[in-house]
Parts: sequence; structure tokens; C-alpha cells
Amino acid sequence: MRRHRSILLTLLATLLAALVVAGCGGDDEEGGGSAQQPPEGGGEEQSRVIEPIPGAEQTSITVGSKNFDEQFILGEIYAQSLEAAGYDVEKELDIGSEVVAYEALTGGQLDAYPEYTGTALTSFFDVELDAVPRDQGKAYEQARAAYAEDGITALPPTPFENTYRIGLLKETAQELGNPTMISQLKGRAGDLSISGFPECRQRTDCLLGVEQTYGLEFSEFVSSESPYEVLDTEEADTAFIFTTDGNLATGQYAVLEDDMSLFPPYNVTLSVRNEIAEAMGPEGQAVIEAVQEPLTEEVMQELNSRVAVDREEPEVVASDYLNAFGFVQG
Amino acid sequence: MTELAILGDFVSAFEFIFESRESRAGTVQVGGLEEFGQLTLTHLQLSFVSLAIAVAIAVPIGIYLGHLGRFQFLAVSISNVGRAVPVLALIAFFIAFVGVGFTNVALVLVLLAIPPILTNAYVGTAQVDPDTVDSARGMGFSEAQVLTRIELPIALPTIFGGIRTSAVNVVATATIAPYANVETLGIPIINFNVYGGTGQLAAAIVVALITLACDAGLGGVQRAVTPKGLKLAANPSGAPKRRLFGLIPRRSVQPS
Amino acid sequence: MSADLPLAQVPEGFFTERDPEDLDCVAQGGFCPDWILENFDRYVDPFFQHVYLTVVSLAIGFAIAFALGLLAHRQRWLTGPLTAITSILFTIPSIALFLLLLPLTGRGNTTALIALVAYTQLIIFRNVTNGLRQVPSDIVDAAGGMGLTPMQTLLRVEVPMALPEILAGLRIAASTTVGLATLAFFAGAGGLGAEIESQINFKSNVVVAGGLAVLLAAALDLAVLGLQRALMPWRRAVAA
Repeated sequence: MRRHRSILLTLLATLLAALVVAGCGGDDEEGGGSAQQPPEGGGEEQSRVIEPIPGAEQTSITVGSKNFDEQFILGEIYAQSLEAAGYDVEKELDIGSEVVAYEALTGGQLDAYPEYTGTALTSFFDVELDAVPRDQGKAYEQARAAYAEDGITALPPTPFENTYRIGLLKETAQELGNPTMISQLKGRAGDLSISGFPECRQRTDCLLGVEQTYGLEFSEFVSSESPYEVLDTEEADTAFIFTTDGNLATGQYAVLEDDMSLFPPYNVTLSVRNEIAEAMGPEGQAVIEAVQEPLTEEVMQELNSRVAVDREEPEVVASDYLNAFGFVQG
Repeated sequence: MTELAILGDFVSAFEFIFESRESRAGTVQVGGLEEFGQLTLTHLQLSFVSLAIAVAIAVPIGIYLGHLGRFQFLAVSISNVGRAVPVLALIAFFIAFVGVGFTNVALVLVLLAIPPILTNAYVGTAQVDPDTVDSARGMGFSEAQVLTRIELPIALPTIFGGIRTSAVNVVATATIAPYANVETLGIPIINFNVYGGTGQLAAAIVVALITLACDAGLGGVQRAVTPKGLKLAANPSGAPKRRLFGLIPRRSVQPS
Repeated sequence: MSADLPLAQVPEGFFTERDPEDLDCVAQGGFCPDWILENFDRYVDPFFQHVYLTVVSLAIGFAIAFALGLLAHRQRWLTGPLTAITSILFTIPSIALFLLLLPLTGRGNTTALIALVAYTQLIIFRNVTNGLRQVPSDIVDAAGGMGLTPMQTLLRVEVPMALPEILAGLRIAASTTVGLATLAFFAGAGGLGAEIESQINFKSNVVVAGGLAVLLAAALDLAVLGLQRALMPWRRAVAA
């Protein structure tokens, strides 16, 4: 007993020492890791560096996000750029799913968070899935109008949209003859199992919709929060995934497109409470538009992959992004 | 939040259990006895299987070590520390080895259930009065007989105390099973968007009720297996210890 | 500023090259000692956050449950109802309790602490009352005979005798609380559980964060054992 205990004590002492050392010395790692260099252009390249807006420090903005990687990254990008612009920024990332986040926004616990146009329309404003315009611009306009009635300003949307796809291992795709569209699964879904997050089976903007619109009947639904794990271990043949998922960057998966346009557009719009939007004014809003402008589907997927595959922290990924595109220096 | 509002929430939650209705997104029917019945059944199956396996593993080992009076560190300290292992992490960890599904969650729940049972089996057996054990040996009992005829009956109440604690833990933790594709009462709690706050509350209530029932049931078993002599020693007046599982106070005979 | 600038060019080398046939340890989500050593500092803050949640809830929880246990020992009729209440608190699934408290007490430490304190009550209360009840009545009588008041008897005789059982309850409460605190991120309180959840498919992450939780529990366990030794040096190490 004594011998066991002294071994354990030594282990604990070493651990505590390591933690103290790490705690003291670790702070300089932030942002210094994989910083990309801003483009060394010729003199013609105008500076995108975010300049502090006079009087911004009077405005306090609480930036939130929902509970997955892309949301953390976007929340960090918006928060860090608003901070660079001189605002007094608080972060409340990882609030929860969309309903929780929207309640926090309208209730005032959050001042802003990034939401997807399609999600807002179907989840908050009770628009039927097929009633949402499939044009990204029109969907945004409809969302903006609906948000306005709730006292929320929906800022202009991001270039990328993050919509549903069905993913499968490249090997599985080869066995099926390399389909590229969901409708190509018709008649063969009976041999395939599909994975999705727990609620997916009962949502029309997930499995239920796919079953109804594409007329597919999968052999089994595998409920899981980790679609790529489930595909890798072959627990499921196919899985619901998203366009900008970081794991897709590993090149191991094939993706089926939504050729029958079951899903509405899902561009990101930073939804801001009216008072804060007014306090930000046109200059503050311009910062947001500038900082999200390079976010194409490829760029967003690259950022997501740094978190999902390289296991970097969203805060670091966001600051690297801002550095790389010249919004922030150093 | 006024008291009336909270009461209203509870009433709606109860209704949720019995009546089925449209989900928040208006797409499917949720709630109702049939669904809750199915979820409860799976929940109980999972809990029972896990608990049974944990008992089968932990009781023999605990009794054996307690009888020897050795390896206390393992049976008590390491076992205790095992309670701290995060359940979500275990589920995620095991996905790589056993995939998702019943096996995954059962494995995790078995690991969760072992510590209290192991500790109590050890302690219950080890704490049997050494004099009693010695005199039994003196009377010619073999080691096995000492274990089964002397130590085990005396240790049984303590062992069942451990099983009770584990049962409560297992039933409460089985709410996490949907993360590994097993549909227990955790589904309404986790799938907030489909079931809403009412559904969440309803499922929490059902889980709480099941847990209380298991606790009370095992408490009854615990009392039933307490040898009469021990009962008398604890309560010399012979007055019934408790009525209705402690909700009605017993008459106090001792000077207060 | 932005409206006049040309579209941003993606800088050279921005996209990471990945070869699906040759993914490194980190990309495959395995156990990577190098990565752990390099990135260990990301666990420091969550660890201390976890320590805070555990220690504070144990302290508050113990104070409450101990007081309730003493009260129930003096007024025996309270034992039943209090046991029932603390049992009910314990049976509420932890995730549900965190989520149910959110609208009432907001996101953050307060909500987490309230729930964690609630979960400590049953174990500690039960052990306090059992421990006190097991004190032989002749000793209590003898103390009365020596002129001690009931309160003095309680504090100077019964409680010290019940200490092994009470501290055993504290030990169990400690490790149970460490485990439950890993779910505190549902209430927005951070901790090691938040780290686990953030990279739940990365074995190195799960092992380190989970391992730190286990080590914290071990440290607390030893601390209580040490306390027991200090308070009762005459006893051999007593089992839980």
C-alpha cells in the first residue's frame, strides 16, 4: 500500500509540476504557430488591415456561436475582427443548437451570432422546406425581412453556403459505380445504411426529407454525432455530411450532390440585434462584410479542416486566416 | 419564473408522456405512451444487462479480495477513482474498437457500474468481525465455507448497498446512449429541437421515476437479505425501521 | 474600406496538401505522444477550471449535507424526508439538470455549481447519518453521564467516531463530482469535458483530458485519505 501510494504521489507531483510549467510558459504559443504570411504584393495591393473605428470602444458586443467547428471559427473571425476595429468584444461561443442560440439572441444574452439562411427560415420562421427560394440571394432577402420583424438585423451573406450532402467512402462509391448525385441511389438505398445526428431521422430537412423527395428507403439509420468515424469503421455505408466539412479535405470520401434541390440555401448571415447593428453603423458592418468576403466554399473547408483534421484550436485558425488575408497584421 | 408557471410545465410534461403530438418542426408525431414505452423498455434493457454483467464481475472479485483482506488499494482507491472517468469520452473512445450500438454503451455502463459494487463487496466482506471468522475456522469450516456461510450473509446488505448505488448511476447515465445509436429515454433530452423543452422535462421525469423505483426496490431487497441478527443489533426495540421507504417517519425509541 | 478593394486573393500555400494514402497520426485521430507534448498547454486552463468546479461544489456540498446530517441525527423524523429529497436530486440525469437550470440561472459556473452541489448531497448526507447512527449508544450514554450536553456529545464524541464513514462519503463524492463535472460544459462552464467534446474523435485528446480528470480524482482521493490519517492517526487506513 505504501509503495503504491508513493508511486502515485510522485506521478501526481510530476504532473502538477508539468501543469505549472505549461501554464506559465504556454501563452506565447497563441497565434505564433502556423501563421501565414500576408500577400507580399507590389505597391498596388491596397491594405485591407482593419483600422480602429473612432468611438467603437463605447460599444460592447457579445458574439456567440452554435456548437460545431465551423461556427466556432466564424464566431472567432467575427469577434477578432470586431476587436481589431476597436469594439469591446465578449465571446460566448458554443451556446448550443439553433433554437437555443436564437433565444439567447432575442433575449439579449447574445448580440450577434452567425446563422444559416435556410435554417433561420425553416426553424425560426416556420417556412415550409419547399417554400424557401432556392436562389441564395432571394433566400437571404426573405430571411432578412423575417428577422427584421423580430428586431434582428441580418447582415449580408457569406459567399459560401454549407448545405447537406450525402457522403460515403471512396471505396463504397466505387462499388456503386461512382455516383455523384443523391438521386442515383434510387433503387439501391435498400442495401445501404445511412448515418446522421440523432434528430436527423425525424426532420424533413434531413433524412425524412430525403426519403420523401428522393423516394429512397435506406436499410438502417445509424444515429451518431461523428459521421466520419462511423464511415471509417464501416458502421454505416453512407452518412449525412455538410459541404464544408473539414474531414472532406483528407480526400477519402466521395460526395453526392442534392440534384433535386431538396435543401434550401444555407449561406451564413451574421444576425445582430438592432441596437447593436445601429451602434456598429455602416463602418462596423463594412468590417464584417470585408472579413467574410474571401470565404468561398474551398476556403471555409480549408479552415474547417485545420480544426477537424489538424486539431488546431478555432481561435488560432481564425487569427491565422485574418493574418493570411491581410485583415490583421502580426 | 412563478410557481404556477413551473407547475404548468410539469403538467404539460406529464401530458407529453401520455399523448402523442406533433414535433416542434411539425413533421413527425412525438411523445405518447407508445413511444415512451419503447424508449423506457430499451432504457431498462440496457441498464439491466449492464448492471447484471457488472455484478457478475465485481461481486466475486470483491468478495474474494475482501476475504483475503488484501489488495485494498485496488478494490477501494483505484475503484473509487474509476468513478471519475468521463462517460462521453469512453463512448467516443470505444467507437473505434466496437463501433456504435448496444455493445458500446453496455461496455461503458458496465465500467461505470463496477466501482461501487467492487468497493462495497470488498468492504462488506473485509469488515466481518475477525473473531467470528476465526471461530468458524476453529470449528472446522473450510475457507470456502467461511466465505459462503459466514462472511457472505453478513456482507450481503453492504453489497446490495453498492448495487443500489450502481443501479442509480447506470439508469441515470443510460440517457447518454443516443450518442452511440441506442434509443433510450435520452432521446427526448438530447433532441431538443424535435421534442422541445416539454419533451425534455417529460423524459427527465420518467428517468427520475424509474431510478427511484430501482433504488426503492433494491432497498427492499437489501433489507430482506439483512440477517435478522444484524437487524436487531441496529434496532434493538424491534420497531419497524421505516414505512413506505422512509417517507413516513418511524417512531423514535432512542432518547433524542 | 472594403467596397473599393478588389476581391481578396488567396495567398500562396494557403491550402494544406493532404495525401489520403498517407495521413499522419494526428489526421488519423490516434494516440500521438508528440502532439500531446507540443499541445499540452491547451489543457491547463480547462484543468484548473475543472479543479475549481470540483473543489467549490464539494466544499459547499459538504457544508450543507453535513449540517443536514447533524440536524437529521438530532431530529430523527427528518431523516426520511431528507433522504427522499437528496435521492430525487441524485436521480435527475445530469445532462437534463444542467439543461433545465440554464433558463433559470444562465450559462456559466453558477448553474454548474448548483447542479454539482445537488449531486453531492445524497452520498454525503447518507454517510453522515449512517456514521452517526452507528456510534454505540453506551458511549453516548457515558458522555451524557460525564456531564456533556447533547450538543457537546454530538460534536466531541459522536462526530469524531463517525468520521471514517463521513470521510468515506466525501471520497466517493469527490470522484463522482469530478466525473459529473466533465458534463458541466452543457451549462457553459468549460472544464475538461469541454476539451473532450471539442475533439471527441481524437484519441490523444480524449485520453489526455480524461486522464487528467482521473488524476484529479486520484489527487482528491489521496487528499481525503491524508486528512483521515491526520485527524485519526490512531486508526489503520479504513476502507471506504
